[in-house]
Amino acid sequence: MTVPISYYLILAAILFCVGVASFLIKRNIITIFMSIELMLNAVNLTFVAFAHMWHQITGQIFVFFVMVVAAAEAAVGLAIIIAIFRTRQTLNVDQVNLLKN
Amino acid sequence: MQLALFIIFGLLAVAGAVNFLLQRHPINSALSLVVVMMSLAVLYWSLGAEFLAAAQVIVYSGAVMVLFVFVVMLLNAGEEERTHGSRAAYLAGVPGAAAVFCLLSFVFLTNSKAFGSTDITSHLTHAVNNIAEISQVLFKDLLLPFEVTSILILVAILGAVVLARKEQ
Repeated sequence: MTVPISYYLILAAILFCVGVASFLIKRNIITIFMSIELMLNAVNLTFVAFAHMWHQITGQIFVFFVMVVAAAEAAVGLAIIIAIFRTRQTLNVDQVNLLKN
Repeated sequence: MQLALFIIFGLLAVAGAVNFLLQRHPINSALSLVVVMMSLAVLYWSLGAEFLAAAQVIVYSGAVMVLFVFVVMLLNAGEEERTHGSRAAYLAGVPGAAAVFCLLSFVFLTNSKAFGSTDITSHLTHAVNNIAEISQVLFKDLLLPFEVTSILILVAILGAVVLARKEQ
């Protein structure tokens, strides 16, 4: 029993769009940051699916580099979130508007 | 067999993602995101990427999500409250995301024939090759980018330490 590659791609599209929706809807900085990780994961799934389709290893290498960058980004981003929480005492993005006026 | 695997873990991933969207407490969102990443690891394995399945479990659901849960606990983040901004985001965000999904799935379904289909048996017969191939490319052709990632992580660690340090 084989699975069409397009099923994997549609699953990745579902995950990506849920990530986009939660990026827009959520009001907590940490959850917004987590939805970025969800979108990165969805894109990784398309990379692996296309790598399988073309019988090439390059897509999997690219996923490896995306994982490395995501790990580094999570460390720096969470440090920034901690710094913002120290100064503003809130995690709500509606109340973090230093640059607005 | 592979179709059953895909359906079970695909549904699990979608359910985890929807639960991530609906939960209002950050810790529940983080835990459902772990479910999504674990089921994606199984899907990577079913696509013949054993190394990435292991890396997904170790790096994403191991390191990154533990970091997230740690920060949620450290900052003692409570439930997010509904504000005026979130209602506007609902009105703009949900149709926008649905439109992106419709566009993507239209493109994928119209080209469905060209994409072909997976077959796991040919991969499983020489399953060891995956890691051998990846290390061949990573340590020969892409040695410099691979080494540069270590510098990237070092810079990220230093940046995190500097940012999280208490001001005197």
